[in-house]
Amino acid sequence: MSEEITPEIFNHLVTLAALELDDKQAAYLRRELNQQLKAIHELESIPLDVDLKITTHGVSYSLTTSPVLREDTWLPHPNPGEILAQAPQVDEQYIIVPDIPHEKLD
Amino acid sequence: MELCDRSAHELLDLLRSKQVSAEEVVQSSLQRIAVVDGRPGSLESGEETDQDRRTVHAFISVAAEQALDQAKAIDQQLAKGEQVGPLAGIPFSAKDVFCVKDTYTTAASKILANFKAPYTSTAVERLQKQGAIMLGKVNMDEFTYGSSNESTAFQPCPRNPWDTSRVPGGSSGGSTSSVAAGEVPFSLGTDTAGSIRQPAAFCGVVGVKPTYGRVSRYGIIAFASSLDCPGPVTRDVTDAALMLQAIAGADPRDSTAANVPVPDYLATLEQGVKGKRIGLSPDYFQISYMDAESGEIHQKPVQEDISAAVYHAAEVLQRMGAEIIEDVPMPNTRYGIPAFFVISRVEAASNLHRYDGVKYGYRTPSAEDDLRVMYRKTRNEAFGLQPKLRILMGMYVSAAQYSEQYYNRALKVRALLRRDFDQIFDKQGKYQLDALLTPTTPTTAFPIGAIYGDSVLMQYSDQFTVTANHAGIPGLSLPGGIAADGLPIGVQLLGPDFSEHTLFSIGRALEIGTQDEVWRLQKPAVLR
Repeated sequence: MSEEITPEIFNHLVTLAALELDDKQAAYLRRELNQQLKAIHELESIPLDVDLKITTHGVSYSLTTSPVLREDTWLPHPNPGEILAQAPQVDEQYIIVPDIPHEKLD
Repeated sequence: MELCDRSAHELLDLLRSKQVSAEEVVQSSLQRIAVVDGRPGSLESGEETDQDRRTVHAFISVAAEQALDQAKAIDQQLAKGEQVGPLAGIPFSAKDVFCVKDTYTTAASKILANFKAPYTSTAVERLQKQGAIMLGKVNMDEFTYGSSNESTAFQPCPRNPWDTSRVPGGSSGGSTSSVAAGEVPFSLGTDTAGSIRQPAAFCGVVGVKPTYGRVSRYGIIAFASSLDCPGPVTRDVTDAALMLQAIAGADPRDSTAANVPVPDYLATLEQGVKGKRIGLSPDYFQISYMDAESGEIHQKPVQEDISAAVYHAAEVLQRMGAEIIEDVPMPNTRYGIPAFFVISRVEAASNLHRYDGVKYGYRTPSAEDDLRVMYRKTRNEAFGLQPKLRILMGMYVSAAQYSEQYYNRALKVRALLRRDFDQIFDKQGKYQLDALLTPTTPTTAFPIGAIYGDSVLMQYSDQFTVTANHAGIPGLSLPGGIAADGLPIGVQLLGPDFSEHTLFSIGRALEIGTQDEVWRLQKPAVLR
């Protein structure tokens, strides 16, 4: 069976996923992806009704079982410094990141 | 019997009658941890030693002083005659995906190794409000991605207390190891494809995957948001009912926590099985798995002593008044894993995009002057192979050109899996079942290193559990015997939405019906 995820497709995925892999990792991950896809192809043998409805999760919620969404109101956090302290780099109350690259669009 | 070997409900009786103190209970657990747990998992683990191979390594962190302080406070309240919570003085562990304010919550990943949660998850908060004492956080597969605990970034990984050369299962392997080894009477786990029930079966304890939405997911690091279910790991069914009672119910902070009243699980626990209709399906006594070379799907029967244990459980329940219905068709069972490969990966990839080295967690120490390079280096250095695999697969099968072929098809297969259960539980249907009785796993716990790395074969160990996650229904795994290899066997009960009370009463009946059987006298190797 030919490989569905070729090195070219794989490299494109790695870029989109914001990853950077060494050769050993890449070889393992590409092999496992292709193996998993072989398993996934079993789904193609199942006859599916065109009108079969999908749900966002297995249990269907009704109006009575679905919780009412809370109001979208703004509340101040009691201690924003605690949240900011988690950031790897902060200057006063700003999170610092490296330069955001700019690309000129044609 | 030491205090730490007692169940939570036994300890509560002893605490309420003032035969023991909360401090003694916590001390007993801490002493057991000191004897059986070995060194905790860490990012800088170095070489594995012989001693490492003989201990269970369930914990990543133990909050001994904090737990003892809480226990002393409870004892003082009891001494003054003040009212305490219904679980006051009972120690528990939490899988390290549950955020607990001001404690490290790592998801067993380097990328979150320095993350201190700024708030507490609803499940932990509810246990703590009832007076339960969190003893520590337990190890797991990285971001819950695995069925053996070997993928944790915090090594040594947890080991099975029955045989430390075997995996405890996963991803809640730290939870089940800590309960089986007598370190805590109960633990919080999460179940996305069987991550509570499979390790519960491997470690000879009780594990519950509640109905989707029965327990709030607020404050839990997400894997696959449409499938994740937090739930109890305990040593008996009574404790499982007690624990679910504490954590279940609507939560304004989780819009998927169902607005369904929580019944009194203990009130119906001993009601027996007379008149209950319990099904057996041939589709749960054979496994389908893919040949790695040819890609062909093969089928073979489950391990012989496992199917014998399930049939024995059916006989016991029949003698107690249940009606056993055989040959119940569940034709889509074999598609649960392929559908999971798609749905869970799409959701996992989405959930993992937030880890970028900007807001919290790990950032590459190399000085970069380009944001995109920083993203890539951070994610490469701090994600293990299993998260990377899920990100890549999730992105591939949800890409615009492939989503109809893969993602939408998998969602439709999920609907078929749900239909299988709807038909057998339909009260006007042909089968009218109260529960389906199945093996929890196709095999007993496998040796460490035997499967890890083969991501396809590893996933197939969840074949009998993942169907409940797709369908959203509840599942209960409980001990059903000991196999010829000396390892525990789990039997599983699956029921309709929000039927946890029924599963508990059937499970409790099975405990009563088998309480005098010889296998119940056997203990995990680390306790012999």
